[in-house]
Amino acid sequence: MIPTAWYLLLAAILFSIGAGGVMLRRNTLVILMCVELMMNAVNLTFVAFSHELGSMTGQVFVFMIMTVAAVEAAVGLAILVELYRQTQSVNIDDFDSLKG
Amino acid sequence: MEAILFFIFGGLAVIGALAMVFNKNAVHSALFLLLTMSMIAALYVLLNAQFIAVAQVLVYAGAIVVLILFVVMLLGAELGEKIPQWLTVRNGVMVLLALIFLTISGTAVYDWLYSTQPVAGTVTDELIAQQGSAELVGQSLFTQYLLPFELASILLLVGIVGVVMLGGWRFVQHRERGK
Amino acid sequence: MTNLIWLAIAFPLIGVFINGVFGKKLGEKTNGWLAVSMVALSFIIGLLAFLQVPNLPEHQQTVDLWRWITIGDFDVHFSLLVDPLSMIMTLVVTGVGLLIHIYAIGYMHGDEGVSRFFTYLNLFIASMLILVLSDNYLGLYVGWELVGACSYLLIGFWFFKDSAADAGKKAFIVNRVGDFGFALGVFLIWTTFGTLQYSGVFEAAGTVSTGVITAITALLFIGAIGKSAQLPLYVWLPDAMEGPTPVSALIHAATMVTAGVYMVARSNVLYALAPQTSMVVAVIGGVTALYAATIALVQFDLKRVLAYSTISQLGYMVMAVGVGAYASGIFHLATHAFFKALLFMAAGSVMHAANDVIDMRRLGGLKNKLPITYWTFVIGGLALAGFPLTAGFFSKDEILAKTFEANIWLYAIGVFTALLTAFYTFRAIFMTFHGEPKDADVAKHLHHETPVMTTPLVILAILSVLGGLMGLPAAFGLPNWLEGWLEPVFETMHRLVPAEAAHLTLGTEVGLMTLSSTLVILGIAAAMWVYLRSPQIAERTAQSAGWAYNLLVHKYYVDEIYDALFVNPARGLGKFFAKVVDMGVIDAVLVDGSAKTVGWLGQIAARWQTGYVRNYVVSIFVGAIVIGAYFFLR
Repeated sequence: MIPTAWYLLLAAILFSIGAGGVMLRRNTLVILMCVELMMNAVNLTFVAFSHELGSMTGQVFVFMIMTVAAVEAAVGLAILVELYRQTQSVNIDDFDSLKG
Repeated sequence: MEAILFFIFGGLAVIGALAMVFNKNAVHSALFLLLTMSMIAALYVLLNAQFIAVAQVLVYAGAIVVLILFVVMLLGAELGEKIPQWLTVRNGVMVLLALIFLTISGTAVYDWLYSTQPVAGTVTDELIAQQGSAELVGQSLFTQYLLPFELASILLLVGIVGVVMLGGWRFVQHRERGK
Repeated sequence: MTNLIWLAIAFPLIGVFINGVFGKKLGEKTNGWLAVSMVALSFIIGLLAFLQVPNLPEHQQTVDLWRWITIGDFDVHFSLLVDPLSMIMTLVVTGVGLLIHIYAIGYMHGDEGVSRFFTYLNLFIASMLILVLSDNYLGLYVGWELVGACSYLLIGFWFFKDSAADAGKKAFIVNRVGDFGFALGVFLIWTTFGTLQYSGVFEAAGTVSTGVITAITALLFIGAIGKSAQLPLYVWLPDAMEGPTPVSALIHAATMVTAGVYMVARSNVLYALAPQTSMVVAVIGGVTALYAATIALVQFDLKRVLAYSTISQLGYMVMAVGVGAYASGIFHLATHAFFKALLFMAAGSVMHAANDVIDMRRLGGLKNKLPITYWTFVIGGLALAGFPLTAGFFSKDEILAKTFEANIWLYAIGVFTALLTAFYTFRAIFMTFHGEPKDADVAKHLHHETPVMTTPLVILAILSVLGGLMGLPAAFGLPNWLEGWLEPVFETMHRLVPAEAAHLTLGTEVGLMTLSSTLVILGIAAAMWVYLRSPQIAERTAQSAGWAYNLLVHKYYVDEIYDALFVNPARGLGKFFAKVVDMGVIDAVLVDGSAKTVGWLGQIAARWQTGYVRNYVVSIFVGAIVIGAYFFLR
């Protein structure tokens, strides 16, 4: 029987890696991947707690998050493709039109 | 035995994640992401959540990563960073921030270990073995969480419409005007 | 029927709504007749309620409409009181108001702002009814302020004329001085009695110390001084003649200015318990009566003569309520409403006919051109002067008789004022209607009278003659209906302050009446002699009594004194605040300063907005770390 804390620590490590990746990388595609990784880390904590507490709610939650992740990936990638058409680049630093 | 499996799967997941972040080639990154996700699915099996494990493989590995790969190849954007400057002060700070976050989360886990009494729920490993993971998730989904489930379907629909609007609608219009 | 008395207020408000919102679309004719019909309905309601009053238990009924304000102990209901006094006032307001509304249709014909005019006029009627019908001091105060606001709106009705706009402001500001005292009086009533309802206050009045009652009554009377144009706050009323004539007739002669008299009569219990205040009230009334009459002697503006005569007559009423003759005050209030409205509207008729010329030196000889106006004006003038057997005669003599009982000096002032009144009234009549036309231009372009304007004049003329039947002198064994009618209102007062039963003997009464009648006839004869027979006397007198004449012509220089004492310092203070405080401190430091500070902060904050998504992500992440640190590392 593996302690739930291990899963939680593993999830924390994965989440931190994902967050670091979002901040480090400039390739928008990789940033999206990192976001997916962070979401997965959170899913892992949900399932771990579901197991720990003996409740199905955590797994249902993961199911919902997967739905959201799928939609997010689809929409995000569509936006990315459109952006690439406009700027011929996937470098996140080229998208600075938010600057006032 | 289980502990060994956990360390194998967990270690591979962390390695895959690190490799994904530090790989220049986006295609390789995507493949390492695939590795990490598969390992997480394996961990779900260890946690006796077979249904979620299968869903993880189907949705993340099967759909999302493949979609990302398609896009990477479509755009030809394998080499994102033209001048990768890894060793900058800024990036050092970023890594430091991530580590600080990790420390804090670790403290939170530690706190949790010593602050709460475990609550015994109704869903035990025996019940899962008896009824099956998919049935139990399904029961929850279609009774207690029916409304969120239906809302998730609406969310998916909106996502589909949004993607079509963003990606394809213009070409459909073009073609019709051309006729 | 008495339960529905609120309809009397509601109907004019409906008129306000319709004329105010849709007025321009309805057209002038609809505006006027709508306003008239609303006031007519109001009058009918008032009349029906009036007829019911004798059947009511204790002759009064409180109509509780709704709970108005509740803050802790402070609990005020919006409720109306139907009793003899409020009904008399309602009838005077709606009755005279109705005639003036009808007259206004003719008078305002062709004016651009007819719908606005009738909106204000209806609003005024509703406000005045709130004032007289309320059963508590807060409602009275609300009505008090509302009529003040209407008065402001209507005096400044022709706001494009500087003089009218200024007069409106003057009326409003001078009234504020009085209203401030009135508000303080209401506060003091609340802290003393814990209630604002008349019945509650009057029941408890006997248990409160005389000093407090004196303070309350004095503060309330300050309000009355402002509203009823007594010394020293009368200055707004003559200027108020800048408004359209129906307004002068309705507000500044017949109804609103009598609010002060009504208030004192309503608070009769309090005033009876405060003899010092009552004495002050009576003296101020008497002095005002004389003072205004002297100014009226030398005015050349017909409306101003009437304005000063109004102040003088209000002085009479205030004097009456001051000496405790509340019923006589109300009696004179009613008859005065009739004949003063009549005089003003007749003056308006002259103005209308003579293309807005109102200077009596340019008029003259209008007797044959405007016969109805002339005869009604003469009747009104006779009533104003107190010519025997007119309405003014009975009411004024009742006041003089009551004053004679109370204080011989005030009586002397009153009688002398009666002489002056007769003189200046007939001076005005002779200068306006008799003799030769003095200004050929005016005489040539004279308009004719119209029925819509003369009908109200005739009705009011009849009332001015017969109005005296309301209160025939009791000393002759004749029924004084009004006194008996109002008796229930003063019941509490008589219980708390037993009146001495020393009534005048028949002989004294006859003597007083003969004296005042003689003086009135003397005054009229003198005016006739001076202005018809030998006009040079007037000029010679004016020259020989140079300084006195100048004093009167300049209205005792009161306006100039007020200018020097209050207006100019206030203006200087205003300039100081405008130039130094507002532009220097508020505009420069607070307004511009805050704008500049925000701009400056914005420029600093804008540097954070790099447009790089990764920087934003870092911000989010740092925020997450801070929140996490707060929760887990405490």
